[in-house]
Amino acid sequence: MSNVGRIMLVLAIGASAGCRDPQSAALPQRYELGRTATTAAIAALDIDAAPDGAGLPQGSGTPSEGAAIYAAKCASCHGAKGEGKPPVYPQLVGRDSADEGFQFARDGRRVRTIGNYWPYATSVFDYIRRTMPQMSPGSLTNTEVYALTAYLLAANDVIPLTTRLDSASLVAVKMPYADRFVRDDRKGSSVVK
Amino acid sequence: MKDEGDEQRPVTRRALLAGAAGALGAAALAGTPRLVRGQQGAKAAPAPLTPADPTKAPGAPTSELGARSAFVHPVRGPTGEIAGSSSTPLQDLTGTITPSDLHFEVHHAGVPRIDPAQHTLLVHGLVDRPTTFSLADLKRFPQVTRIHFIECAGNGVLAWRGNVLGRSDPGLTPQQVAGMTSNSEWTGVLLRSLLEEAGVQKHATWFLAEGGDASLMARSIPIEKAMDDAIVAWAQNGEPLRPEQGFPMRLLLPGWEGNTNVKWLRRLELGTRPWMTRWETATYTDPLIDGTARQFSFEMDAKSIITSPSHPDTIERGWRSISGLAWSGRGRIARVEISTDAGTTWQDATLEGQPLPKAHTRFTQMWNWQGAEAILMSRATDDTGYVQPTRAELIRVRGPGTAYHYNPIYGWRVMANGRVFFHGST
Repeated sequence: MSNVGRIMLVLAIGASAGCRDPQSAALPQRYELGRTATTAAIAALDIDAAPDGAGLPQGSGTPSEGAAIYAAKCASCHGAKGEGKPPVYPQLVGRDSADEGFQFARDGRRVRTIGNYWPYATSVFDYIRRTMPQMSPGSLTNTEVYALTAYLLAANDVIPLTTRLDSASLVAVKMPYADRFVRDDRKGSSVVK
Repeated sequence: MKDEGDEQRPVTRRALLAGAAGALGAAALAGTPRLVRGQQGAKAAPAPLTPADPTKAPGAPTSELGARSAFVHPVRGPTGEIAGSSSTPLQDLTGTITPSDLHFEVHHAGVPRIDPAQHTLLVHGLVDRPTTFSLADLKRFPQVTRIHFIECAGNGVLAWRGNVLGRSDPGLTPQQVAGMTSNSEWTGVLLRSLLEEAGVQKHATWFLAEGGDASLMARSIPIEKAMDDAIVAWAQNGEPLRPEQGFPMRLLLPGWEGNTNVKWLRRLELGTRPWMTRWETATYTDPLIDGTARQFSFEMDAKSIITSPSHPDTIERGWRSISGLAWSGRGRIARVEISTDAGTTWQDATLEGQPLPKAHTRFTQMWNWQGAEAILMSRATDDTGYVQPTRAELIRVRGPGTAYHYNPIYGWRVMANGRVFFHGST
């Protein structure tokens, strides 16, 4: 582009910006829309539980307490021992020596369970509390959710049968394959990853 | 697993309009006792009745809602699951916009019925002013209207998995191979407008987006996406969102896996790390050949599929167009190539219109078929230079048992008798 062309382009950009500026300047930083959310309103919706323990409620439960709840409220879909009813209801329990290599990508028939795949124990609690059981989500007490989480973790040989799970002990649970999870390294370009 | 829609069933055909003649209008039929059967009806359904000469009698009167011609009946499928998916019939569509009632669905606990006057969006966490927005509030913000595709992370699982298990399935249609992608014109407010309104704090790095359905589906999203092109959408193709698409409001993260585009959006919490919900740990993570699993694999890689000809078409000799769709979650489609010889040679296809970023692009190419068996393939390149890989290359880098983000080159085998079958071994 010639210098003259470049100058014309700069002028053109300047002119269009000049047209826009007065209008933008009239717009406020905020539109003052929406209502301030009260602490109570936030607490009513804020149910997430994270691996650092944030959001985990009071309460506790043991695997044996969870076993009774599981039999009553979960087994009809997920099977008496968490074997699932594929493909609709996923298998929850299952972990053996063949899982050690985390070879899901080599063998598409390997089934992912809580014990051989899930990287965080708090995700089990969070998920059950959000949406289980399927036909009456949100009906479980926090104590029941702790007990069910304890039962499922024990059934997968992640915690001893004697463990009482509460917010502190749940955060302390280390899932067997947590270190297998890696962040996305795809970036586009000509490289297929 | 369930989320991948493994158990697709044959597409069921919605019963045709019970009274096809009624749809024509009694007036139209009054003076035309001679009725003939149409020629283009579906194989399974009898062709609708039509007047012998539609120019010799008045047609149907005006009506409140338009309906498709009685000769045209695209349907989603499979249907009937509250935790499952239905796919878009790509083979029945042209252009790039997916009709709203044919947009694919994935639900984790069914489609909630929500009163828009009662629904709110809470923004809280690391914000100066925790705020509740109503739908009416959202509509008062500056709005944007943009065309973007949404593709389920598991789109393509049926073609991928079937092959892995050694089942050659030539009977797959484009709907079954790649129908969990759809493309719409979305209208809403930029998410950054809402976050700025609530006073997002500088140290917020992630946010949790949560839906108001019975699964309370929730995903953790990096704040950069919120400040880039994320939208809280309330309209699709010129009208309020369909319930299956998140009515009254949904998150739209252009180019990112469908699951992150949280429907029935009710809550956004700003924080400093991901929440590790079930949908970003147990599912929507991609096992890799090196014994790891890729997490937060948000962007959809470039992909394409020929939608015509495709199974179950039977084609005739002579000139015809080859047509299909291409898209990339990273930007614009830069190029689509077509091969008619199983990938030995490639020719550039014509891209219809100006490709939009993170949107379906229609491609076409004329082809003169002379009766020899042929394998048709398409290969997309996006504006980052990424080229859609073969299935063999994807297996090499990810492994045959990998999950999600399946974007291999797909083929269609044209038999000497003109019948067309899916060819997934690329």
